[in-house]
Amino acid sequence: MKDLVLHAQNISKTVASPEGSLTILADVTLSVRAGETLAIVGASGAGKSTLLALLAGLDSPTTGRVSIAGVELSMLSEDGRAAVRGRHVGFVFQSFHLIPSLTAIENVMLPLELANRRDARAAAAQALAQVGLTPRVGHYPKQLSGGEQQRVAIARAFVTHPAVLFADEPTGNLDTTTGQRICDLLFELNRSTGSTLVLVTHDRALAARCGRLFELDAGHAVAPAAHLSG
Amino acid sequence: MRSRLPRIFLADFKMRALRFALRNLWRDLKSGEMSVLLLALTVAVLSLTAVGFFTSRIGQGVRAQAAEVLAADLRIESSSPLPARYFTQGRTLGLATAQVESFPTAIFNGEKSQLAAVHAVTSSYPLRGKLRIADSPFGVARSTDHIPKPGTVWLDARIVAQLELSMGNAVRIGATTLRLTQVLDYRPDQGTGFVNLAPAALLNEADIAATQLIAPGSRVTYSALFAGTPQSVAALHDYLVLNKAAGERLREVEESSRQLNSAIDRASRFLNLANLASVLLAAVAVAMGARRYAARHIETVALMKCMGAAQGLVLSISLIELSVLAIFAVLAGAALGYLGQWGLVWLLHGLIQGALPAPSFAPVVIALVTVLAMLVGFALPPLLQLKNTPPIRVLRKSVDSAPLRYGLSYGLSLAALAAILWALVRDVELVASVFLGVLGVGAVLALAGFGLVRITGRLRGGVGVAWRYGLANVSRRGAGSVVQIVAFGTGLMVLLLLAVVRNDLLADWRRSLPSDVPNNFLINIRPEERQPLNQFLQVHGLGQPAMYPMIRARITAINGVPSEALKITGDVARGYLEREQNLTWAADLMQDNQLMAGRWWTPQDFGKALVSVSSEYQEALHLKLGDRLSFDIAGESLKVEVVSIRKVRWDSFRPNFFMVFPPGLLDGAAGTYMTSVYLTPDKRPALARLVREFPTVSVFDVDAILSQIRAIMDRASLAVQYVFLFTLVAGVIVLLAAVQATRDERRYESAILRTLGASRRTVLQGVAAEFGALGFLSGTLAAVGATSIGWLLAHRLFSLEYRFNPYIWILGLVCGTLLVGLAGTLATRRVVNTPPIVSLRED
Repeated sequence: MKDLVLHAQNISKTVASPEGSLTILADVTLSVRAGETLAIVGASGAGKSTLLALLAGLDSPTTGRVSIAGVELSMLSEDGRAAVRGRHVGFVFQSFHLIPSLTAIENVMLPLELANRRDARAAAAQALAQVGLTPRVGHYPKQLSGGEQQRVAIARAFVTHPAVLFADEPTGNLDTTTGQRICDLLFELNRSTGSTLVLVTHDRALAARCGRLFELDAGHAVAPAAHLSG
Repeated sequence: MRSRLPRIFLADFKMRALRFALRNLWRDLKSGEMSVLLLALTVAVLSLTAVGFFTSRIGQGVRAQAAEVLAADLRIESSSPLPARYFTQGRTLGLATAQVESFPTAIFNGEKSQLAAVHAVTSSYPLRGKLRIADSPFGVARSTDHIPKPGTVWLDARIVAQLELSMGNAVRIGATTLRLTQVLDYRPDQGTGFVNLAPAALLNEADIAATQLIAPGSRVTYSALFAGTPQSVAALHDYLVLNKAAGERLREVEESSRQLNSAIDRASRFLNLANLASVLLAAVAVAMGARRYAARHIETVALMKCMGAAQGLVLSISLIELSVLAIFAVLAGAALGYLGQWGLVWLLHGLIQGALPAPSFAPVVIALVTVLAMLVGFALPPLLQLKNTPPIRVLRKSVDSAPLRYGLSYGLSLAALAAILWALVRDVELVASVFLGVLGVGAVLALAGFGLVRITGRLRGGVGVAWRYGLANVSRRGAGSVVQIVAFGTGLMVLLLLAVVRNDLLADWRRSLPSDVPNNFLINIRPEERQPLNQFLQVHGLGQPAMYPMIRARITAINGVPSEALKITGDVARGYLEREQNLTWAADLMQDNQLMAGRWWTPQDFGKALVSVSSEYQEALHLKLGDRLSFDIAGESLKVEVVSIRKVRWDSFRPNFFMVFPPGLLDGAAGTYMTSVYLTPDKRPALARLVREFPTVSVFDVDAILSQIRAIMDRASLAVQYVFLFTLVAGVIVLLAAVQATRDERRYESAILRTLGASRRTVLQGVAAEFGALGFLSGTLAAVGATSIGWLLAHRLFSLEYRFNPYIWILGLVCGTLLVGLAGTLATRRVVNTPPIVSLRED
């Protein structure tokens, strides 16, 4: 079990609602090994994004434990969890989440600067080159197409060489062809950097490209995770 | 090594925060994100410093004019010769000095004589103000820098008329004979009280020995006059307070003239009111700007936290950004403020006599502290909330950080602002009224806003599509609309309030001193002269003014304690106890008098031993209702009970008295009567005839002090109008902040509407309808607020009659609708003009 990069033990998430408390996620246990690719699938409202948020340390479970790269998150403060995210985690979102006032290269530099890396600009330029956006480094998000914006977001996610990369519906806002290209890029970078990829999607074709599927239904794990490959 | 690590980490953290903050600030400034905050802070500093610089200079200027009443900045008087060391000390401190010896004596022209107050002066007299002389009695006067040459004398027109003198005639004063060369029209220190009743004679101090009138036992008042820089005057003041002997009386500018002080006090209240309004408006804009800043940065913060940014880093970045902004605003605002006060000085150059002193830099410090208080109070709460943004917001926009309690922080910073403004204004009542007024009206605005928003929502059924969309927006935004109504309403209200102050209050103030206000007092009218004098006045077209009996009396005891044994300190209070006062009786409360406590008498009280005292008298002698005062009236003892306390408007220039008794109590004791008349320049010759026909009646001319007060009124209204400009700018910034607050939401809505097929025109009409409705609602509430606070200010602070002004309502409604409607639509136009796809993609 030494090469486990992500482990969730009996995690649940309950929130208060006008009708009483509501369980969004119930007793989920999940382990992901280094270099693995995992797709979290399920219908809308099944709890996919909640699970992703808990696994990435963006939110705390009501019960249960989560650890990333061997660090137990429930023991940490918000700042502690932020430090773990900064060191080990990368994100790609459905709506790209680029900062509109920053150029493409500045957006990619942001996580490096937060980690106080002195070579931020050079590393960001290299990351943008990897996603084929060298001619666009000085462009602002609104000057880029949706596909280009997502490529900037992917460059930003990989630039810190994270142990785990979380992707939330990465093709959700893109047309099929562009989405296909973005997926190719995502998987290629995942292979070449040796990182672990955890993605949330309702796109079965995209899920099928992952090594493992984890299906959720109304907050519950549907079946033991099936190993599709390696 | 181990201990150095955290320090290196800390330094590293600070550098990182600084780097991020500076870069963010630059971007925010470039994109206009910070414009409202920066503008609001700069205007607050501009207003504070311009008014601060200006008042510090004009204060000195006005003080210099007030100093005229003493003919000096500082004056010490005594009935025995003043020690030479006072003069030495004054000269050592670099002060100019002069000496005056005053005493009553008879002046003779052959067999005819007239009682006069002789003033022997040294060549530097007067140190402040100018003497005025004329070539014939009651003739046209001109200023002079000289004093009578040795061997000559300048006499009051009444003496010249009474002794039937011509220029060049010789008069006898004591053992010497002096030649009359000029008619003395005005001495700066002739006073505004009724102390120097006898007409004056001015002569050179060199001639005093020859008169042989100063001998042991003669009634001489020796005065030493000093003038110079405020620091030196203050230093001498301290020296004299420590060293002066009993019986020596120090007279300062502040207490030199009740009327002038009253006018200056009002002038500074007007200025400070305008200043206060600017700062409050700027605070509203800062609060709104900071909330928008936080709202605009919330996504970025969530993303940064997602990528590992600690809360401390997020907060540090915001704090550094705001601090740099504050420093920038203070520097820019203070520089503009400095230029602004020069504009003011230029504007008033004709009205200010002499060179103004350099402004003090204290206003910059006050501005810095104010800006910090505004930022900490109004900008920090949203930033603290920003720091707490949960990172999960990147996945779910609906997740917000726990709401902060703004109330406490806003309350604290309002308290801090109030404290700063109090330090500035030193007027608890002014600060409290304006603050409570604005807060009260803010609360009423919020409540009324809720009501109006609900009603507006119901109205939308019967109007066109654009209006329906607009009105629906007003009611749908609910709390947002109320915030906007409160912001617009507060801004409009403060502007309307200033319009009230500027026009109504200033006009009322001017009206309180109309052009035909009495400029000559007639005193010493014997009871039997009342009838003939009345006839004389009527014949010469001078009307039939009321005549007040005048009794000279001294307080001998309060509540049975002899005045010598009373533990009352202070020159003013001792003066009230030691000197004879003018008393009168009246059946009705005099015009310009306001009852502050107790009751006014009814006919049943006539003849009873009661007294009504003025508030100055009551405060100085710590009197309360029911106290018993004993008087010595021409050797007779009289005990009376204090039944009322009056606030007297001394700057009304009508006869007023510290103490008033009911009719029937002192009828037998009435020595003389007094009255006041208004004389136009062409009727001045009638005075010469009056003096001849009624030789014992003294004429007291207050034209000079009247024009001084009118000059102060003019200056104050000009200055208030100028400072009003800053408030106007602050008001516009509030408007801008309120419009900006919903801009993002509007951008998205407009894009959706246009995507659904609405024309640009329809969307714009809807926006215009929404802002027009908001403007109308805020205008209505602003007019209510401005009228109420205006009434409160007029009554409580300025002691003026408030007249209902319908224009405020018209102005409020029309300006509110047009200004907010137009500004809102214009500011949103760009949003509506943006192609929908761009707006939708950006969202």
